[in-house]
Amino acid sequence: MFSNRMINILIPVLSVILGLVAGAVIMLVFGYNPLDGFAALWKGAFGDSYFFGETIRQVTPYILSGLAVAFALRSGLLNIGVEGQVFVGWLASVWIGISFELPMVVHLPLAITAAAFAGAAWGFIPGLLKAKLGVHEVIVTIMMNYIALYVSNAVIRSLLTDGADRTENIAATASLKSEWLAEMTFYSRIHYGFIIAIAMAVVMWFILNRTTKGFELRAVGFNQHASNYAGMNVGRNIITAMVISGAFAGLAGAMEGLGTFGFMSIKSGFTNIGFDGIAVALLGANTAVGVVLAAFLFGILKIGALNMPTEAGVPTELVEIIIALIIFFVASSYMIRWVLLRFKKEGK
Amino acid sequence: MEYVIEMLKIRKEFPGIVANDDITLRVQKGEIHALLGENGAGKSTLMNVLFGLYQPEQGEIKVRGEQVKITDPNTANAHGIGMVHQHFMLVDTFTVTENIILGSEPKKGGTVDIKKAEKQVAELSEQYGLNVDPSAKIRDISVGMQQRVEILKTLYRGADILIFDEPTAVLTPQEIKELIEIMNNLVKEGKSIILITHKLKEIMEVCDRCTVIRKGRGIGTVDVSETTPDQLAALMVGRDVSFSTEKTAAQPNEVYLSIKDLHVKDGRGVDMVKGLNLDVRSGEIVGIAGVDGNGQSELIEAVTGLRKSESGTIHLHEKVISNLTPRKVTQSGVSHIPQDRHKFGLVLDFPIGENMVLQTYYDEPFSKKGVMNFKNIYEKASDLIQEYDVRTPDAYTKARALSGGNQQKAIIGREVDRSPDLIIAAQPTRGLDVGAIEFIHKKLIEERDKGRAILLLSFELDEIMNVSDRIAVMFDGSIIREVAPEGTNEQELGLLMAGNTGQKAGGV
Repeated sequence: MFSNRMINILIPVLSVILGLVAGAVIMLVFGYNPLDGFAALWKGAFGDSYFFGETIRQVTPYILSGLAVAFALRSGLLNIGVEGQVFVGWLASVWIGISFELPMVVHLPLAITAAAFAGAAWGFIPGLLKAKLGVHEVIVTIMMNYIALYVSNAVIRSLLTDGADRTENIAATASLKSEWLAEMTFYSRIHYGFIIAIAMAVVMWFILNRTTKGFELRAVGFNQHASNYAGMNVGRNIITAMVISGAFAGLAGAMEGLGTFGFMSIKSGFTNIGFDGIAVALLGANTAVGVVLAAFLFGILKIGALNMPTEAGVPTELVEIIIALIIFFVASSYMIRWVLLRFKKEGK
Repeated sequence: MEYVIEMLKIRKEFPGIVANDDITLRVQKGEIHALLGENGAGKSTLMNVLFGLYQPEQGEIKVRGEQVKITDPNTANAHGIGMVHQHFMLVDTFTVTENIILGSEPKKGGTVDIKKAEKQVAELSEQYGLNVDPSAKIRDISVGMQQRVEILKTLYRGADILIFDEPTAVLTPQEIKELIEIMNNLVKEGKSIILITHKLKEIMEVCDRCTVIRKGRGIGTVDVSETTPDQLAALMVGRDVSFSTEKTAAQPNEVYLSIKDLHVKDGRGVDMVKGLNLDVRSGEIVGIAGVDGNGQSELIEAVTGLRKSESGTIHLHEKVISNLTPRKVTQSGVSHIPQDRHKFGLVLDFPIGENMVLQTYYDEPFSKKGVMNFKNIYEKASDLIQEYDVRTPDAYTKARALSGGNQQKAIIGREVDRSPDLIIAAQPTRGLDVGAIEFIHKKLIEERDKGRAILLLSFELDEIMNVSDRIAVMFDGSIIREVAPEGTNEQELGLLMAGNTGQKAGGV
């Protein structure tokens, strides 16, 4: 009844629909009109050009953190550490942004590259530990997240400032902000980073599907024994995968540091850009195109939901629950796959 | 004539394929009935229908003359049908008795009456000559013993029709002999047995009648006493098959592979290869005979670079290849048909075409400056698929979707095509049917005649005796004797494999 390809497309679509339906039920139960609720969501994301600009702004880091998770997963690794890699990328980009006076052609690429390198370094450590000592990457990356959080705070407080709780703004020559994009969208915080994110999606597709390195990474991801038998260096490929994944995550941090905010403040907890990236990657079935589409969905939900309390009276807490439900159904795509396969069997 | 099982005109379809089409199987009381067919012919489907795991689209099943509908394995059990699975379903840390009673425990008050159960198991074991210790833990007993526990499990549940699914695949020659004795005992006690197999020798040895299935269709039932292995093979494959592999005498030339005083440890640090010496010459096939676990795997892994050797040397021509990386070993001219084709030989989730360049992808014409050239890859793959008769819809099909025989043909195509000096073939025909085995043996001999050196590892004595030009018997980490295949027999090899060198052996 369903081909495998169709199932792979159907699962994320069904997850989203199920999440929306469950959200509608919850709104009904609590006495809100779900149609009004979703209309408000839609308007909040696309209603006018300001909202649209904000949605794009939100999508940008999601694409990159989603690519980071997807790249690692395609190589057989679960990089929970995207969150921490985002932190160090953000910090590195802002550091470069406030510390130098350089022409833009040098300053901006330097700040972006620094973010990628910082994320890559943060990914290198769990990669190395996994390759050489067999330590599971999930444990190391979770710990690296906390290290990133507190190291960033400490650096901001004691190195970049004198006890302040945020850095100065970055120099204009390191900024991704765009006057005309902002103007076009009623001064939303949209920035050029979007182009970088899309370009990186193409880069990920190219590396994984077109290069010999990608061939090795995918082979190692599927079967380490066969890869070793075929003469590939399994350990080195694990490290490479984590480094590239970390670089994508670092870039996601640069989007915040050089684009959205232009500074970095002390944080009491995680930004969730990295953790949401896991859901984005899962929903996007770990492909470049899928990640871009899923990142759009998440961006729309996050930004559109801001409009739901004001326009439809749906409280923020319910909005959070609805978003969580969609993520839940995405994460439980295994369940949906099981149901679909069952239908497939009975259709025999 | 009394039939205990009659499966009449059974038809079972899956989307796109008819797995069973008009198959009739009649089993008489007290006989051992073989169900013979190539891999994928539909034997397992038919037995799963009988065991209640599948429902047939057409046809009827009669047990002891009565028409029945078997909807699940419990109904099958209730009708006295028991299955001895190929892959044992036992709890490692439980005792034999605990495993046997699992699911139908005798109760005393609120507790399991283990004493009573043990006694029952001991009685059953004695009645059928199974010789099983009821209180031993599963993890402490041999594979052959574990199989007997599976047999006891069905007997304990009152089965008198036993289905054996390829029972000898996991056993050593000695254990096979014992199993055959057990099967004869069972029949003597009035049980009936259906034996699923594609090993003709076993059928000739133990079975009374044999039903042959080919490509999902019932070909017919024959009396084993009135047939020959050649006839059975022809029925199964649909054409004449040659069994005794035809080959000319080997013309060994210079030494290609030379192993001197090799020591290798396994993953736990235990010495597995202990001072092994072996030469393989150009133009000959050297077969390594031995019981599994005597260091064969470690030897091959050391030669192919997958495992570190502790001391000693491995030369290929003049070049030392010990402790090189697998890639360096491959580049030196070694091909390796691995023992476990799923674990090592293939990336199952890759298309079969990309599996064809698993060792050569980084080189022209398959890639240039790090960028893959899929056009060239799939061209090459299509050529190999055709040349080696790999049956697949196309080169883009995932390796996982191919049958075992076709996966193996793909691996052999890939390995042989690199024109290596040395081919290491580890259990190249494990789990394959007669047609595929014939093909692979022919290929190995062809390569030998082209002047390659071939090292063959197999646990099937027939294969070793048929294909090798020289047999090296491996025991406890070293080669304890080299013999010529024409100067030895199974019995002598069996003794040597058990480490018994006292007997006079036909030496080389």
